[in-house]
Amino acid sequence: MSEMTLVEAINLALARAMEDDPDVVVLGEDVGINGGVFRATVGLQTRFGPERVLDTPLAELLISGLCVGMAVQGLKPVGEIQFMGFLYPCIDQLVNHASRIRNRTQGRLTCPMVLRTPHGAGIRAPEHHSESTEAMLAHIPGLRVVIPSSPERAYGLLLAAIRDPDPVVFLEPTRIYRAAKGEVEDNGEALPLDVAFVLREGRDVTLISWGAMLKETMAAADALASEGITAEVVDLATLKPYDEATVLGSVAKTGRCVIVHEATRTGGFGAEIAALIAERGLTSLLAPVARVTGYDTVIPMARLEQHMMPSVGRIVTAARKACQFS
Amino acid sequence: MQNRSGSEDVASKKMADGGLPVIARFEVRHRNYLAPDGSINRPLPAFASDADLLTALYRAMVLLRIFDRKAVALQRTGRLGTYAVSLGQEAVSVGIASAMRGEDVLLPSYRDNGALIWRGVKLEEILLFWGGDERGNDFSGPVEDFPFCVPVGSQAPHAAGVAYAFKLRKEPRVAVCMFGDGATSKGDVYEAMNFAGVHKLPVVFVATNNQWAISVPLRLQTGCETLAQKAIAAGFIGEQVDGSDVVAVRAAAEAAIAAARDGQAPYFIEAVTYRLGDHTTSDDASRYRPADEVQARWKEEPIARLRNYLVDQKMWSKAEEEQLAAECHEGVEAAVERYLATEPRRPETMFDHLYAELPEVYAAQRRELAGEGDV
Repeated sequence: MSEMTLVEAINLALARAMEDDPDVVVLGEDVGINGGVFRATVGLQTRFGPERVLDTPLAELLISGLCVGMAVQGLKPVGEIQFMGFLYPCIDQLVNHASRIRNRTQGRLTCPMVLRTPHGAGIRAPEHHSESTEAMLAHIPGLRVVIPSSPERAYGLLLAAIRDPDPVVFLEPTRIYRAAKGEVEDNGEALPLDVAFVLREGRDVTLISWGAMLKETMAAADALASEGITAEVVDLATLKPYDEATVLGSVAKTGRCVIVHEATRTGGFGAEIAALIAERGLTSLLAPVARVTGYDTVIPMARLEQHMMPSVGRIVTAARKACQFS
Repeated sequence: MQNRSGSEDVASKKMADGGLPVIARFEVRHRNYLAPDGSINRPLPAFASDADLLTALYRAMVLLRIFDRKAVALQRTGRLGTYAVSLGQEAVSVGIASAMRGEDVLLPSYRDNGALIWRGVKLEEILLFWGGDERGNDFSGPVEDFPFCVPVGSQAPHAAGVAYAFKLRKEPRVAVCMFGDGATSKGDVYEAMNFAGVHKLPVVFVATNNQWAISVPLRLQTGCETLAQKAIAAGFIGEQVDGSDVVAVRAAAEAAIAAARDGQAPYFIEAVTYRLGDHTTSDDASRYRPADEVQARWKEEPIARLRNYLVDQKMWSKAEEEQLAAECHEGVEAAVERYLATEPRRPETMFDHLYAELPEVYAAQRRELAGEGDV
């Protein structure tokens, strides 16, 4: 057991997966000697060799397409896309091939690949480096979409993603790559996919979030506690397929729900959760479901990005309003 | 073929315009043996002395044409979905597949029915696919081959990934990726070729240049004299073959696959042929293509070309021709019967094989579809 950052936990999980399974291959831009632009793959090429940790040409479509070919042939490729804004050339491969080849061949061919990419804003990065378009990915049948929010969950969920027999997009919360620290035991144990984590129990309101935004969500829960409001905080962790039972169970208990995400509101994943609660949790609601999200505009560049992202204050206000609703 | 000049060579070369030295020169070869009338243009490759092999290629092309005609008839009578015909370009898919080993992996595009048939995919499986049934992709034959790729060229990176897996595991196998002339305009194909060149992967890329990408002619697809030269930019050999000469296609495929298997380099084959039919049964090529152009191309088509040669060489007789036609019709009709008799799938099976294990949240939807209660 040792304390480490979230990005170090990802590195640890990659090393563990490569050690345990010779079919695991890591590929991407600068993942070799440079260890990835965020250092998630640091040391892996030295340890496992350039054939299993390969620097690809600068072509994102290629990375995702190679992963499909390798995975169908029985390897376990883990591709890295440097920033989520560069993921879009991979959408064709994810939608048209990775997510459906099992179904289209009736199980004859399968695609056990992982595509990792940093997610979200808040590091004052250049243009196209601050995306959070997870809802687009969660709309794809046959795919899994996972996003951890702590070093421990990053380690366990990444191991689960690599071992999973189906394609997984693994989103990594850029803003807390180094800010999130925690104890991680390198025990090779995977966490379950499709299961949400209740990070904090409460009676009055359910706060649902994922990725880096849980930092603000947990801080909001602290602030609410000082006002006598106990918030239950749910880390959704897997967005596709997501743990409907935990969401509905928590809302049944609290009667109030605030969904927090960094992505823009319209068509965001919060809308899916709100619809689920409207369909199957309406009778337990004591207040309308609220969303605290990024605004429906293009993510601003560095100088304004913090105004786009939900703040502790906005979350607290929404939760307080839900609790005062009558 | 490429020829990178050494530095000494450069110094001795005549200076190009402006006194700048030429540092590289490239060539593209064209391969052809049989003229359109079946006569011989140059000495045939060794395999051509094997009458059994040549007649096998001939039989496969004839079967494909008869199968094609039947598939179109099925579509016209509402018993098959949209179908992509191979008419005129039978030599490419048959010739390429004939040079592969069983353990190699084919990554076909949607017009490569002939390659699938040669590799052992059943006719009724192909009909099932075009009839809108996923079970058609569950090949009983070459179980590691990819299904038809419908988004153009997007299987090229898969081929590079497959070949990388072969190389990593030190398996002497080759990935063969087939696509059309239109696909060579896509970044997917170039990205895959580029990567294959970097790692000298055991992969062969085959562009069936049938002159037309639906209604767009080759001259609007590329400014290059050949498609084969696109391989040069990726660092390996690109060869152009007469794609209506099955002997040339087979010979090029043999050379390419051998080179790839030996780990020398990837290989690119541009097979120049002509799509005598519509793009698919949903297309009407007379909207964009003059009839006299098509008529002229009928003189070059691959089946009559090989038949003329075989008859001339006394390798084929009229009796054999009649027997073959009867056998093909019989085989196709039997396959159609099996296709039409295939038990329909229950609607809820659309959830089968979505994931290795269907997550409970979707299992509820499956139950709803199966009439086993509401979601």
